[in-house]
Amino acid sequence: MGLGREYDVAVVGGGLLGSSLAWGLGRLGQRVVVLDEGDIAKRASRANFALVWVQTKGLGLPEYTSWTLRASETWEQLAATLETETGLDVCFRRPGGFHLALGDREMELRRDVLARLHNQPGAADYRTELLDHAGVRKMMPEIGPEVAGGSYCPYDGHVNSLRVFRALHTAFGHQGVDYRPDHAVTAISGNNGAFHLTTRHGEIVAGKVVLAAGNANAMLAPMVGLSAPMEPNRGQIVVTERAAPFLHFPMTTLRQSDEGTVMIGDSKEDEIDDRAHHMPIDVMMANRAVRMFPKLAALNVVRAWSGIRVMTRDGFPIYDQSESHPGAFVVCCHSGVTLAPNHAFDIAPMIASGVLDEAVVGAFSARRFARPSGERAA
Amino acid sequence: MSAAPEIEHVDILVIGAGPAGLAAAASTASAGLTTLLVDENASPGGQIYRRITRSPFVDAAILGDDYWEGRPLVADFEASGAAFCGETQVWSLDATRRVGMSHKGRSRFVQAERVIIATGAQERPFPIPGWTLPGVMSVGAAQTVLKASALVPDGRLVIAGQGPLIWLYAAQHLRAGGTIEAILDTTPRANYLAALPLLPQFIGSRYALKGARLMREVARKTRIVRHVDALRAEGEDRVSAIRYRVGKKESRIETDILLLHQGVIPHVNLAMAAGVAHRWDERQACFAPVLDPFGQSAIDGIAIAGDGAGIGGAEAAAERGRLAAWAAIKALRPQVEDKVPPVEEILKALAGAEKGRAFLDRLFLPRKQFRVPVEDDTIVCRCEEVTAGAIRQAIKIGAAGPNQLKAYLRCGMGPCQGRLCGLTVTELIAAERAISQDETGYYRLRMPVKPITLGELAAIEPDARAVSAVVRE
Amino acid sequence: MFRRIASANAEMVMIEVDGVPVTARRGESVAAALLASGLSIARETPVGGVPRTPYCMMGVCFDCLVTIDGIGSRQGCLVSVEDGMRVSIQKGRRALA
Repeated sequence: MGLGREYDVAVVGGGLLGSSLAWGLGRLGQRVVVLDEGDIAKRASRANFALVWVQTKGLGLPEYTSWTLRASETWEQLAATLETETGLDVCFRRPGGFHLALGDREMELRRDVLARLHNQPGAADYRTELLDHAGVRKMMPEIGPEVAGGSYCPYDGHVNSLRVFRALHTAFGHQGVDYRPDHAVTAISGNNGAFHLTTRHGEIVAGKVVLAAGNANAMLAPMVGLSAPMEPNRGQIVVTERAAPFLHFPMTTLRQSDEGTVMIGDSKEDEIDDRAHHMPIDVMMANRAVRMFPKLAALNVVRAWSGIRVMTRDGFPIYDQSESHPGAFVVCCHSGVTLAPNHAFDIAPMIASGVLDEAVVGAFSARRFARPSGERAA
Repeated sequence: MSAAPEIEHVDILVIGAGPAGLAAAASTASAGLTTLLVDENASPGGQIYRRITRSPFVDAAILGDDYWEGRPLVADFEASGAAFCGETQVWSLDATRRVGMSHKGRSRFVQAERVIIATGAQERPFPIPGWTLPGVMSVGAAQTVLKASALVPDGRLVIAGQGPLIWLYAAQHLRAGGTIEAILDTTPRANYLAALPLLPQFIGSRYALKGARLMREVARKTRIVRHVDALRAEGEDRVSAIRYRVGKKESRIETDILLLHQGVIPHVNLAMAAGVAHRWDERQACFAPVLDPFGQSAIDGIAIAGDGAGIGGAEAAAERGRLAAWAAIKALRPQVEDKVPPVEEILKALAGAEKGRAFLDRLFLPRKQFRVPVEDDTIVCRCEEVTAGAIRQAIKIGAAGPNQLKAYLRCGMGPCQGRLCGLTVTELIAAERAISQDETGYYRLRMPVKPITLGELAAIEPDARAVSAVVRE
Repeated sequence: MFRRIASANAEMVMIEVDGVPVTARRGESVAAALLASGLSIARETPVGGVPRTPYCMMGVCFDCLVTIDGIGSRQGCLVSVEDGMRVSIQKGRRALA
C-alpha cells in the first residue's frame, strides 16, 4: 500500500454495466473494488428487458450501429466464458428478433425508421428485413390477424439478464474483485492515481475511478471533471407465469424467457419515480400483446414493475476520460445487457491501460453535447 | 379507446370480509355511506368464521362457541345495507384509491373515497425440510376444509408446531371423530419463563380459561410431545414420516398427513404494494403497517383494520374495524358522527379484547430455528424452489437484501409473490448479515397482488396516459 | 387425503377431474373437492417438476393451482365447484392451447 491505496480501480455502480467492466478488469489482474448501492436502488439491471438488440439502434449516430453489432457478435464468447468460470448458463440465444407492427400505420413508421437508419453514411452494413403478415406468419405461426408485418434482424437475441448479473457477481469471488453493496458513493476527491471515494462506510482509495452509476453519473461526473447529461425515463414491464416454450423469437415488446415466463413491456414516461406504477399502462401493454399473440390471453400475470431507464440526453452511450483528472472515466449507456461484451472485452482493457481508444469509442465522448444543438439530432 | 373509461364510485371500499371488514362495513353503511365489501371467498366470514352463513355442520358443538360468535357480526353487516361481492380478488390499489378487482374472470376498477384494508392474517411460514411434500399442510388449511366442507384428514395425522390454533383445531378434529397420532409441540421451554411476568394480565382474559380447557380436552385423547426443537418431514412423492428431536433425542413417527402451524402474521401484500410503510414488530416477530391509533396509514384515505394491522385476534379485529369506520365517517359525514357509537366505547372494547395478547405473543414466539432454517436443503421459496443453502450462498456473493436476492435467485418471484418466503428471507438475511430486520427490509411488492390473466387485463379500457406511454407514433 | 363427515345441506354436484367423475358438495372449493376425491391430485411444479398438493387453502400459497374449464393456473381453493365443471391437474409448465 505504498501509495496509500488498496485498489487499482474503483468501479462506482454494481449493476450490469459496472459489473461487466469490473469483471473485465478483474480478468486483467487488476485489483478492483465495486461500490454499489443497497438493496433498494433504482437498478436497471433488475428491471431490464434482457434483449441483445441490434435493429434500429444508431439512428443519429451511425458509429453506434457497428458498436452494437460488435456486441451481438461477441455475446456468445461472453456467455461461454461466464459459464466456464461460474457454471452458470446465462442462456444467450440469437435466433434473430422481430419488431411487430399492429396495423398498417405502424408498419409504415417502421419502414421509414429503417430506411433512415441504413441510409446514414457510416452505418454498419447489415440487413433488417421487412416482412408482411404472411412473411412473419411463416416464422411465427401464432401471430394474430392485426399484425400487419414486422422487421426481422438476424443479429438480435436475448439472454437471462438476471443470471448474467448473478454470474458476474459470482465470478467476482474467483477473481478477487471486492464487491461492496450498500456503499453508495457520495463524493469523490483526489487525482493523479489516488482517488478518494466517500461512502457511508468510510473512504475508499483507488488509482483509477470508473463511473458506472447509471443516471447517478450525472451527479458524480462533475466531481472528476467529466460530464454525463442524463434524461432518464420510466418503463413498465409485465411478466407472466411460466409456460411451455412457444415463442422462439424475441421481440422489442415481448419475449419468452428461458424459464418460460413471458415478458411484455415497452412503455415510456418522463417520470423518475420507480415506486409509482400506472396500472392502465399494463392494461395497454397487455392489450397489444394479446393482439399480437392471441394465445397469450390465457396466461396469468404474476408480476409487474416499473424501472428507470438509464438514458443519456441523446440516447447514445457515453465513454469518456477526464482531462483534468487523469484516471477518471465515465461510462453511461442504456443498453447494459446488449453492450456487456464490449464493456468487458473492449472498454475494460482501455481503462486498465489508462486511455480510451479514440478510434474505437471517440464518437461516444460527451464532447458531442457541447457541439451546437441539432448537429446530431437523434 | 378514446372515451374515458367509466369507473364505479363508492364512499367506502372494504377489502376482506372477516371480523374487521364485516364490522367496518356494517358501521359505515349504517352511517349512510355507500359501502362495498369484497372478499376472495364466496360468502362472508373470513378465515375465522369461514362459511358461517352456509355452514355444512349439523352439530354446532364440533366447531365450538367461538366460531358461532361470528353470527351477529354477519347479521349486523347484512342489515346495514352494505353491498357484498364474493369471489372477488383485489389485484390493484394505488394512492388515488382506484381499486382493480376481478370477479369470475372479469376485471373492473372502482374508485373509493376511503379504502379499509381488512385482509387479515396468514399463517407464518414454517420452513422445515420436506414442508413442500404432498400431504404436508398448514393447520389453518385443515381447519378451513373442516369449517367449509366438513372434511377431516384421512389416515394417520401428526400435528407439529405451536400456538392457540393447534389446540383449537385438534379439539375440533377430535370432536368430529378424528384421531391424532401425536402433537409435536415446538413451544420452547424458555418461552414459559419469559411469558411468566405477563401471566397475571392473561389470567383475567377470555383466552385463559378457554385455552386451558381446550388443551385439557386434547391432552386426554392425544399423545403430546413437548419442547420439540427440530423437525424434518420425510417421504418420496408424499409425506410418509416426521422426524423430530427433543434435546438430543431423535424420534420418528410415520404419518399420512402432517399439519404445521406456528402462529399467524399480518398478510402484508396488498398494503405494502399500495405503498403503506411497514416496520418490524419485535414482539410478534413480523412486519406490521405503520398506522395511527385509528388504523389510518400515511396514504390519504387508506386504513388497515384487523390482523393485517398487527395480530390481535377476532374480537380485537372487529373493534379495529369499527375504529377505522369511525374515522371514515368522521371524515366523510361529520354530521352523522353523533349517531354512531362514541369512539371511547370502541377504544374501551378494543382494550378489553387485546388483554392477554402480550402473554400469548411471548409464549408462542417461534424458535429461531423454525423461522430461519438451519439445514441448507430446506426450501424457503416454494414457488421457485430456492433452498436456504442457495440463499446463504447468494448472501455471500453480495445479496444485501431481499430484492438483490430476487435478482440472483428468483426467490420470491413466483405466483405467491413472496407470501410464503418473504418473512423467512428477511430473517435469514438479517441473521447472516447480523443486521436488523428493518434494515434488511422486505421484497418490494408490486401490483397485481393477485394474478390475473393477460386477457383479463387486456380487456380493461386503458386511459389516455397509458395510450401515449405505450403506442409510439 | 381427506374424508367427508356427516353434514347438513349436503347438496352434491358432479365435477370431472382429468376425465374422472367426482362428486362434490355445492358451495365448497375446487381444492377441497379434490382433497376429498380420493384421486391422486398432486400437480407438478413448472420449475422442478416436483409434486405438490394444496398447503394453505386460503389463497396464499398457490400450491392448489389447477386448470378449471380450460383456464389454467387458477387457485383451486378460491373457486367454488359448479355442476359439470371440468378440472385438470397441471403437470409442469402450461402449454398454451
